[in-house]
Amino acid sequence: MATPTALPRSSTAVRRRFGADEVAYGLTLIFAFLIIAVTVLLVWELWVHSALSREKFGLGFIISTAWDPVAEKYGALPFIYGTLITSFLALLISVPLGVGAAIYLSELAPQRLSNTLTFLVELLAAVPSVIYGLIAIFTLVPLMRSYVEPGIQAIAGDLPVFQGHIFGYGYLTAGVILAVMTFPYIISVSREALLAVPREQREAALALGATKWESTYQAVLPFARLGIIGSIFLALARALGETMAVTMVIGNSNAIQASLFAPGQTIAAVIANEFSEATGNTYLAALVELGLVLFVLTMVINAMAQLMIIVTTKKGSAKG
Amino acid sequence: MSRNSRRNAVNNIMLALCGVCAFLTVSTLFLILAYLVYNGAKSLNPSFFTQLPVGEGQTGGGIANAIVGSAEVVLLATLIGLPVGFMAGVYLAEFGGKTIPFIVRYTADLLNGIPSIVIGIFAWTVVVVPMHHFSAIAGALALSVMLVPITARSTEQFLLEVPRPLREGALALGANKWKTIATVIVPAARKGIMTGMILGVARISGETAPLLFTSLSNQYWSGISEPTASLPVTIYNYATSAYEDWHQLAWAAGLVLLVLVLLANIAARMVISRGASVPR
Repeated sequence: MATPTALPRSSTAVRRRFGADEVAYGLTLIFAFLIIAVTVLLVWELWVHSALSREKFGLGFIISTAWDPVAEKYGALPFIYGTLITSFLALLISVPLGVGAAIYLSELAPQRLSNTLTFLVELLAAVPSVIYGLIAIFTLVPLMRSYVEPGIQAIAGDLPVFQGHIFGYGYLTAGVILAVMTFPYIISVSREALLAVPREQREAALALGATKWESTYQAVLPFARLGIIGSIFLALARALGETMAVTMVIGNSNAIQASLFAPGQTIAAVIANEFSEATGNTYLAALVELGLVLFVLTMVINAMAQLMIIVTTKKGSAKG
Repeated sequence: MSRNSRRNAVNNIMLALCGVCAFLTVSTLFLILAYLVYNGAKSLNPSFFTQLPVGEGQTGGGIANAIVGSAEVVLLATLIGLPVGFMAGVYLAEFGGKTIPFIVRYTADLLNGIPSIVIGIFAWTVVVVPMHHFSAIAGALALSVMLVPITARSTEQFLLEVPRPLREGALALGANKWKTIATVIVPAARKGIMTGMILGVARISGETAPLLFTSLSNQYWSGISEPTASLPVTIYNYATSAYEDWHQLAWAAGLVLLVLVLLANIAARMVISRGASVPR
């Protein structure tokens, strides 16, 4: 029971402490709000600086194939096409390899080996993309030009996607380098999803006489399905926004071409190539609008990825 | 019996294929490293680190200004990005209610997922447009925008891992909340927080796209309000040029950049035993 005489002193002490906590709270809150403010400002700036292009071309910007700085006509379709096709090719290569590697790391490899290999794979994510581009220019491009693409043409040259002149620079080369760059995302997230599958799933299947592969394929993989799909979306978001490595090997042609061997352009690549030399306000506004399109595209894909990773690993939040 | 032997065969083949997948993906890292060392090492000499670039087609020269420029831009970005990210992380982990932290966390993840070239456009609109010229400041701003969400989320993650009894002990001894955070919780999580910060800085050090039209590049020494050369942009420019000598410089610069980034990654992740993830 508090005595009335002791109350005033202790209550000022309590109030002072309360004040310090409030200050700390307010201070950190300001910095937290700074994150929101910057993001809102970013969207706002993209919106404002693309106004000229948005008003002039409207929704036609997205479906037009014109990209002519002289006539001041701009359309994003060849770049959207290039972005989607290179990302699709990348996933076509990296999903089977990545999921296969994740299965090996979670189901077959001993713990220590698995951790070491995962560490090494994750280091791939730390390699700057300009270095992927540098290596791709001098190794992958000649390799594709001299061996891989002629080889594919010799086997399946009847298909329109494998016809035409071979440059080495083009959609397929960009897809291959993107595939390597998306390995770490697919492997480490899929592995986590597989490791989160309860032991009983495996044991039940094995007890029923399934082989190791049958247990993995029929009992473990379906359980981790959403997490693996989440990892694929995460990789897709990265591939869509990837700039340097793609810019360096895609060949920079503003036309849509059926052949995967043909040079093309992605949204990020055209911004990287033309932004610093763009003259004229409409030209710049069109490039900023491309940035806006890319932003929306990656935002949607990222949101879907996080949703699926949250659902499977139930960690409360995705590792963005 | 033949059905079982077929099942066994499928089992062996598929499991072996998974092993092959793991081998292929891991080996790309070593291929990259080996190829860079092979091509880059022969161009590494003292003048590479001390000389300015020479004109097109001339031999010799170095990229001293790009090394210093990179350090300058990254340091500036670090000075802005780390404190902001750290404070936001403390908010998320310690002061969070429900709604606001959720929004902040979601926004941070969103910001983290924005392609770096789009962040470059942002820095261009808020710094280059008003200033009317490219500058190291614009480049640093772009990189700091990338660094903030990475730092905030990793700081939050490691603060949340501090055991509950530690907080309760401090609070029970009469310390108020901010004192508990400053003297008990943050020190307890400092290794993890440092790791996150080093990984973040390593990540932005290699970024090229946000610098292309913010800090641009420069043939000479430059101040922070002038266009500034950086290692990644120099690698890009030289690798896509037509001169054999510049290609050699690009290889050497690539080797230097990769070694720095990988060393930072390995060092940071060895600090804490359970291995943090590379920032995504």
